[in-house]
Amino acid sequence: MKYLKLIGTTALATLTAVTPVMAQIAEIGPGEGQLSIVAWAGYIERGETDPAFDWVTGFEEKTGCKVSVKTAATSDEMVALMNEGGFDLVTASGDASLRLIAGGRVQPVNVDLVPSWKDVDDRLKNAPWHTVDGVHYGVPYMWGPNVLMYNTEVFKEAPTSWNVVFEEQTLPDGKSNKGRVQAYDGPIYIADAAQYLMANKPELGITSVYELNEDQYAAALDLLRGQRELTSRYWHDAFIQMDDFKNEGIVASGSWPFMVNLLQADGVPVASVIPKEGATGWADTSMLHVNAKNPNCAYMWFDHQLSSNLQSDLAVWFGANPSVLAACTDKRGMLTPEICTKNGLDDFERIKFWTTPVSNCAAGEGACVPYYRWVSDYIGVIGGR
Amino acid sequence: MTPSTATLPTRGIADRLTGLFWRRPGIFLLLLLLPPLLWLGVIYLGSLLALLLQSFYSIDEFSGMVRQELTLKTYGELLRPQNLDILIRTVVMAAAVTLACAAIAFPIAYYAARFAKGHWKAVFYLGVMLPLWSSYLVKVYAWKLILAKEGILSWAANATGTSFIIDGLLALPVIGSSSLSTSPLGTFMVFVYVWLPYMILPMQAALERVPTSMLEASADLGATRGQTFRTVILPLALPGVIAGSIFTFSLTLGDYIIPQIVGNSANFIGMAVYQLQGTAGNIPLAAAFAVVPILIMLVYLWLAKRAGAFDAL
Repeated sequence: MKYLKLIGTTALATLTAVTPVMAQIAEIGPGEGQLSIVAWAGYIERGETDPAFDWVTGFEEKTGCKVSVKTAATSDEMVALMNEGGFDLVTASGDASLRLIAGGRVQPVNVDLVPSWKDVDDRLKNAPWHTVDGVHYGVPYMWGPNVLMYNTEVFKEAPTSWNVVFEEQTLPDGKSNKGRVQAYDGPIYIADAAQYLMANKPELGITSVYELNEDQYAAALDLLRGQRELTSRYWHDAFIQMDDFKNEGIVASGSWPFMVNLLQADGVPVASVIPKEGATGWADTSMLHVNAKNPNCAYMWFDHQLSSNLQSDLAVWFGANPSVLAACTDKRGMLTPEICTKNGLDDFERIKFWTTPVSNCAAGEGACVPYYRWVSDYIGVIGGR
Repeated sequence: MTPSTATLPTRGIADRLTGLFWRRPGIFLLLLLLPPLLWLGVIYLGSLLALLLQSFYSIDEFSGMVRQELTLKTYGELLRPQNLDILIRTVVMAAAVTLACAAIAFPIAYYAARFAKGHWKAVFYLGVMLPLWSSYLVKVYAWKLILAKEGILSWAANATGTSFIIDGLLALPVIGSSSLSTSPLGTFMVFVYVWLPYMILPMQAALERVPTSMLEASADLGATRGQTFRTVILPLALPGVIAGSIFTFSLTLGDYIIPQIVGNSANFIGMAVYQLQGTAGNIPLAAAFAVVPILIMLVYLWLAKRAGAFDAL
């Protein structure tokens, strides 16, 4: 979800090459009585925030593994905590998971010991952010798109293109979009600009929004400089963005289903759409620390994660999509097929999942602009340069 | 029978220690001072030095890893246009906030120091301190709502037909935007509100120390009120003003919460440090950014010392 420090692919490749594939667990023994998880806020709920959302108590009663949670706010923090050690599991996003694998901080998962693995969405079973050379290093947790949220009073019909936030234009209510749109306050947003250009400026030849060469990168920055003129504030805090939709007259912005759901519940006239260009998104995986003290409880959690109400209720709670398709329909929790559709379940193919840009990309060594430059240049764009 | 000596025989470790401390008072002093000195030296200055050292490292542009060789390259990066913008923006904001705080605080401090009596004095103290007791974040979020496009301020302006004033201000280049809460002007207003008590209190203390007899002497010698103010009150109160300005200036220089919540998202030094060390992993540049306010404050304190702000210490 949030962004991170990049590691050169050279380092990645070297580390992967020298790290022997560690022995996987062959069978699950009795539980150790405890399990510690590093997770995003809101990911491990035991009914304390809202009694209706609880997917931990049942696990503790069934397995006797007492769950303790350490929440982390950024992928960096997650990697740092896992490097420190002392934890069993982490819910890592696509930008952290490969670093953890490359650094040898997580161990391969024997999916044969996870009975519910067969239920995992086929689109996620071998996803490149947790499967390296055919070895699984984790079990898919949740995923979600970065959608275009819009005000339904201004847009009677859903906008079809991201151009409402990228190019100055007159909106359906007859007023300009200047000062009424927002953009994400994180360098990874350059990928959203690249995605818009990929569809609308094919001559640039963008093939992957996280692997941009100098020309493509410059074009994306130019687009974002134009957007600066339209944007009065960039968002990074979900609740500030919701407040801006309520009180600041903001009518369109990239956003998460999480905010759309909360605003709709609050009676604010908003809806969301994935425009024709597609969208960026995040996909999280729970991974097992290489020196985990409680591997048996962790494997029990892997199965619990896929088979219990977790997939269903967490998807409702977070506005995300389950990694088990059956969770949408089998009423194991509060999730319904309608909510799944709303959260973007059918748009998987159109979503470019967050990955850390590195300089050695598919186009060749040093052919792409690394994340380090994305950060400093995006600071410049927001500063009006 | 042997003659008894003046000193009693030592009765153990405590007596020996007492003797040692008595013979070498320096050791006792050292023991007493050691814990605070260690705290100051290791934890306080040590971490500062570690930060300073980091700023002389650089980041490998290719892999993004920190290269632990001493270089000035990172400081060179500070001079890139977008980073220079951040430095200038922060210093200008800090200076503007300090001047505005001084201008607003002076009359309040003057009244509280010279005219408020008894209960009113207590009311003044409470009124100034009260905002300091509530959470800083609550105050900033409240201001976000007050300044919002559909907030209280624009509602009041609409109701009184004065919204042209706000619109006029927002139409100004550089400081304007689509609403007060997304404009640099709004950031400025919130900064002034939040740091004002830190200006009023030292000012009031300084003004209270100005002897009334001097004002009377000035009047006896035929000075007008303006002359008395310029030549007697202001010079005597100046140390207080400068002490207050050290607070408002340095607090604005380092703050990274207010410009995140109110304003147009353009970076200030604090925000840049937060972003560079957290999400970008560019700790050398973050450290170099963090060194800038330290240097600015050192110069500022040196100037303040020359102006006599610390004479009363």
